[in-house]
Amino acid sequence: MEQPQAHAVIEARGLTKRYGQRTVVDGLDLTVHEGEIFGLLGPNGAGKTTTILMLLGLTEPTAGTARVLGHDPLREPLEVKRQVGYLPENVGFYDDLTGFENLLYTARLNGIDEREARAHIASLLEAVGLASAADRRVREYSRGMRQRLGLADVLVKRPRIIILDEPTLGIDPKGVDEVLQLIARLSQEERVTVLLSSHLLHQVQRICHRVGIFVGGRLIAQGPVESLARQLAGAAPLVVEVGVGAGEQSRAEHLVRAIDGVLDVTAYADGLVLSCRQDVRAEVARTLVTHGLSLLHLRLHTYGLDDIYRLYFQGGMQDGQRDPRSVASGAA
Amino acid sequence: MASAIPAPSPAVRRETVIGRLLRRPAGLGAVFRKELADHLSGHRFVILVGLVVVAGLAAIYVGARTLRDTLTQASQSDPFVFLRLFTTGGSSLPPFTFFVEFLGPLLGIALAFDAINGERVRGTLSRLVSQPIYRDAIINGKFLAGLAALAIMVFALGGLVGGLGLVLTGVPPTLEEFLRLVAFLAVTVVYIGFWLSLAILFSTLLRQTVASALASLATWLFFSIFAGLLFGLVADAVAPVTDSQDAMQVLRNARWNLALNRLSPTLLYSEAVETLLNPQVRSLGPLLLEQVIGAVPGAPLPLGQSLLLIWPHLTALTAAMLICFMVAYIAFMRQEVRAG
Repeated sequence: MEQPQAHAVIEARGLTKRYGQRTVVDGLDLTVHEGEIFGLLGPNGAGKTTTILMLLGLTEPTAGTARVLGHDPLREPLEVKRQVGYLPENVGFYDDLTGFENLLYTARLNGIDEREARAHIASLLEAVGLASAADRRVREYSRGMRQRLGLADVLVKRPRIIILDEPTLGIDPKGVDEVLQLIARLSQEERVTVLLSSHLLHQVQRICHRVGIFVGGRLIAQGPVESLARQLAGAAPLVVEVGVGAGEQSRAEHLVRAIDGVLDVTAYADGLVLSCRQDVRAEVARTLVTHGLSLLHLRLHTYGLDDIYRLYFQGGMQDGQRDPRSVASGAA
Repeated sequence: MASAIPAPSPAVRRETVIGRLLRRPAGLGAVFRKELADHLSGHRFVILVGLVVVAGLAAIYVGARTLRDTLTQASQSDPFVFLRLFTTGGSSLPPFTFFVEFLGPLLGIALAFDAINGERVRGTLSRLVSQPIYRDAIINGKFLAGLAALAIMVFALGGLVGGLGLVLTGVPPTLEEFLRLVAFLAVTVVYIGFWLSLAILFSTLLRQTVASALASLATWLFFSIFAGLLFGLVADAVAPVTDSQDAMQVLRNARWNLALNRLSPTLLYSEAVETLLNPQVRSLGPLLLEQVIGAVPGAPLPLGQSLLLIWPHLTALTAAMLICFMVAYIAFMRQEVRAG
């Protein structure tokens, strides 16, 4: 139907969820392709979990539609749940059962043949590095072990898609590395599509093929991590930092204001900050030098991931009023 | 390492497609199986069953001693010696039925007070509902597993104390007595089942397991201890007895008292048990002299007639159990499943 390499397995169109007056997810359009690892990134309370629950048919959307593997999660929840593994945030297990027994219960709930399930579970526990702890009660497991058991649990039903809600939450940095590598490896070996949510951009950017930035119930950007910066910066003006000699600041300011493309000039300690429509560095250099001023340095600020993070995750900024200067100082 | 996890083979997929129709109720079966196993091996079940068994055996032992004394003194034969065992207490201990009536609810509550909110608190509920099972399989499975555990427990206990009674008295039960005993145990299962479904209801409505446990226990205490007193007060207020010679006043008061008390599952159960285990009970509630004209005093009722007498009780108990469960079911199906 579509191009074979970009077959969409999760599609949301205008997905909206309101609780009373509060809009938690606002007209979400999301496409996840087969075989990729997609990261849904956003601060806490952005509506990530609600989105996931709607994709699984566990919560009814107020408006919009979702298709998961061609099924409507609302109409055919069992068909969706049969092929989608879901690891909830703060996953829990039955403490009195062993890790193996917990997974066996999942297998039974999926109606998997007992003998086949036992072999499969053993190999999954091996894969997540819990083979030696398989017969210990889950109450003795550490947070990281539980998370890895959760990954194995999700794979018991041999899903085509796995959805992981904050899979790195509450584990130490080493554990985070292990879990992330495990996700990346499993997605390759098991050939599953992964949708994971996180509020920690730095952690998950390494393994995600594409990410979507989700803030205030809306997906404000999506794409490969590298192109995200460009996407987000697209609308905002570029920032050029100019360093000039002492006492020349006001003359320089007067000169650069006349350059085409410069929108605004601000003086600061030993130079100027320009916000401009395009890259004006060459023009600035030529103008200043021909007028006999000393140009000490010239720097174009680009939006890095750090800026994206500050801009959207650390709050304080409302959409539509991105301030280039705060980004510039952040990157400096 | 790439082959650490076997990739899904087409054969497996096809097998599950065929098996799908047959395994449709797999969710219910799996939940039932797991819950039953949990109950039977769980600490609280073992503790409470231990308590009930000890109390039951002691009560039967004391009952048998008392019975032997009174029977030898009266030097007359009682056709229902075996049943008397269960309803006779001693000076030191109340009868067996009292313990079942009093401790049984605790057992039902212990099995289910955290049925739903426990899963929620542990974070297993969201994992459970994301499996390909119907959502009601979870609550149905839990309820049925609870009932099954209760039935196993009650009938095992009945067999145990019956056996002890047999050893102590040496009088084998007649078929009639045996059937009455089975009916008694079945009613007990329904009675404790009511408390089970009440506990499930609270565990669905309340988020904290402690809160649901307390709510269930409070209800149990209310019906076991305070309800009788309270209903008596209400009856006295509605139909006061100013002249104890006035039969109509006394009757009115007694009727009010009884009608109110029958709102309590505990009284319904105790009336049903009394009727089942004592064939000489011919009527429940006040009986006028004119109603017993022509009756042969002390003549036992056949089992069928006893059952007829308590049929409303059985219906009411079953209905109470099912209503509690139904409300819990509806609440559970409409709840959001967010973890935490």
